[in-house]
Amino acid sequence: MKRFWAMVQNEVVKIIKKKRFYIVLLILAVMVPIFSYAQMRQSLERQESYGTDWRLEVQQAIIDNQNSLSSDRVPQEWKVYRQIYIQQMQYYLDHDVNPNEPGGVTFTREFIDNSAALFIPLMILTIASDLVSSERTGGTIKMLLARPVRRWKVLLSKLTALLMFVSLIIVSAYAVCYLISGVFFGYSGWSIPIFTGFVLNGSDVDLTYVQATPQWQYLLMQAGLVWFVGVVVALLAFMVSVLVRSTAASIVVMMAALISGSILTNMASAWSSAKYLFMVNLGLTEYLAGNPAPIDGMTLGFSLAVLAAWGAVSVFISFIVFTKRDVLT
Amino acid sequence: MNQPDDSFVLRVRDLNKRIGRKTIIHSINFDVREGEIFGFLGPNGAGKTTTIRMLVGLIKPTSGSVEICGFDVQKQPEEALKYVGSIVENPEMYPYLTGWENLMHFARMQDGIDEQRIREVTELVHLGGRIHEKVRTYSLGMRQRLGIAQALLARPKVLILDEPTNGLDPKGIKEMRAFIRELASAGLAVFVSSHLLSEIQLLCDRVAIIGGGRELAVGSVDELMGAGRGMVIWDVEPKAKALTLLGRYEDIVIVDSAGAEALEDAATALLNERSIVTETPEERVAEVLDVMVRAGIAVRGVHRVAPTLERLFLQMTEGEGIE
Repeated sequence: MKRFWAMVQNEVVKIIKKKRFYIVLLILAVMVPIFSYAQMRQSLERQESYGTDWRLEVQQAIIDNQNSLSSDRVPQEWKVYRQIYIQQMQYYLDHDVNPNEPGGVTFTREFIDNSAALFIPLMILTIASDLVSSERTGGTIKMLLARPVRRWKVLLSKLTALLMFVSLIIVSAYAVCYLISGVFFGYSGWSIPIFTGFVLNGSDVDLTYVQATPQWQYLLMQAGLVWFVGVVVALLAFMVSVLVRSTAASIVVMMAALISGSILTNMASAWSSAKYLFMVNLGLTEYLAGNPAPIDGMTLGFSLAVLAAWGAVSVFISFIVFTKRDVLT
Repeated sequence: MNQPDDSFVLRVRDLNKRIGRKTIIHSINFDVREGEIFGFLGPNGAGKTTTIRMLVGLIKPTSGSVEICGFDVQKQPEEALKYVGSIVENPEMYPYLTGWENLMHFARMQDGIDEQRIREVTELVHLGGRIHEKVRTYSLGMRQRLGIAQALLARPKVLILDEPTNGLDPKGIKEMRAFIRELASAGLAVFVSSHLLSEIQLLCDRVAIIGGGRELAVGSVDELMGAGRGMVIWDVEPKAKALTLLGRYEDIVIVDSAGAEALEDAATALLNERSIVTETPEERVAEVLDVMVRAGIAVRGVHRVAPTLERLFLQMTEGEGIE
C-alpha cells in the first residue's frame, strides 16, 4: 500500500513537472477576468435601461418572451423553452427574488453552469489526454513496465493521480472564479435563495416541489455534479490515451467528442436514441437549474446512469488493454 | 522450490513470438551465468530487441519461458523483475525531470532503495556533477549513463543492455566496456546485444548469434569467432602478379569487391587500388609473404582484419543467406 502511494506520488510529480496544471490555472486566470468584464458591462447596460429596479427587467423579459410565442417564425421547441422560462421568471417575481442578483457568488454559479459541459472538460483533457500516451511517445513506458510492479498497479496509480487532479481543477475553477469576479461584483451573495425543483411536463412547469436553496448550498450540489461530469470525461480521455499512441491524436479525439456533444445538444431533440451518447449528457447542472433537457426522456437520474456506464466501460477497456498489450515500440 | 541448480541467473527456454500470422522469433534458447558477459549478436532486424523485450516482460512470448533467478517472468513478474536492470533500445528517461528526480521516480517503484543508494549509483556512473540538471540538457552519453544508473538502482543480478555503445564516441565506448567488465567482475551477469562483431569479441565471454529471428549458434566467443576465417588485406604491387600467386593456394579465397564492401568501416579505410582482400588462414600469412617477396612483389602492407558479422553469417549459413 505504501508502495502504491509512492507510485501515485510519482504520477503527481510528473503531472506537475510537465507544467500541465499551471496551464490550467493560466487559462482560468486569463478567461475569468474577460467574462467578468463582459458580465459587468452587461449589468451596467441593464441598469441604464431599467434603472435599479430588477422587477422591471424581469417583467420586460417575460413580456418579450410572451410576444415571441405568438410569432410563426419561432420553431415549436423554442416556444416550449420560452414557456418554461416565463413560468420560472414569474415564480421568481411572485416570490420577490432577483434571479440575476449580481455578486461574485452568482457570477461563479453562472460561470460554472456554462463551463460544466465544455470548458471544464477541456481543462481536464490537458492532463488526462497524455497521461499514458506520453509515456509511449517518450519511450519511458519501457522503463516503467520493466520494473517489478504489476501493470494494473501502474495504471491504477495513474488513474488515482488523475482523479486527484480532476478534483483539484474543479476546486481551482471555483476559487479562481470567485476571487477574480469578486473584484468586479463584490464577494457577497452566499445566502441568496435559488429556486430548484422545477418539474417539467411538456411546456408546463410543476411548481409543487420547488424550494428555495441558499446559493452556497446550490453551489455545493452544482460542484458535485460538475465533479461527476469531470470524472467521466477524465475516464474516457484516459481510455483514449491508453488506446492511442500519439498525444495529439488523443486530444483531438476527445475534443471532437466533446464539441460534437455541444452541437448535438442543440439539434438532436428529434433523434431520441442520441440520449445514450455520453456527450449529450454532460449538462448535469441544467437539471439543477430547471432548464429543459435536450432530448425527451432525459432526467438527472438517466444522465447519471448513462455517464456512469460510459465511465465504467472506459475503465474496464483501459485496464484490459494496458495489462494485455505487448509494448512493441 | 524454485532453487536453480547452478549459477545460471537467466534461462531462456524455447522462446517463440508470433505476431499475427508471422513468427518473428523462432525457438531461442540460452543461459547466462553469474559474473558472465553474454553477447547477443545479430544484424539490425534480426529480432534482438523483440527478444530483449520478452526478457523483461514487455512482450508476452507466444510460447517458451524466461526465468530470472528461478522466477518465471510471465508468471511471477514481481519476483523475477526484481533481479533485472535493463535498458531497452535507447535510455529514454523523463526529459522534464532532473537526473535525480528520474532516479527517485524508479526508486519509489520498489522496496529497499534509499537516497544513499541513489547517490551510490550516481557516483558509479560519474554523473555526480550534473545529476540535478534536467535530463533534457544531457548528452546521449550522459543519458546512457543515467540509464545504467537506473538499471543498477535495485542491485540487480542480471543487467540487460541493448546496444550500450550505440551513439557513443570512441572514448565513451572504451569507458563503457571497462565499466561493463567491472560490473561483471563484481558478480553481475551482463547481457549485451550488438550488431557489431568486434564489439562482442572485445567484451563478451559467450555469445548467441541470431539472424532472421532464429538462433544460429550459442557458445564461447573464442570458439565461434575462431570458426570464422579472418580477412587479410594485401597492399601489393604489381597487383596482377600477386593475384596469380594467391590463386595457387586452395585455402585462400580472394574476396571480390562486393564482398569487400561488407568490411567494417575501419578496414575499408585501409583499401586502395592496389589492395587485394582475401580470406586467409592465420598460419598461412608468413609463408605467402615469403613467397611474394621472393617473386619480387613489392609488399607495402599486410593487414589482418576481423571478419564482419555479414561474412560470419555467410559462413555459418553456408550460402543459405540471411532471411
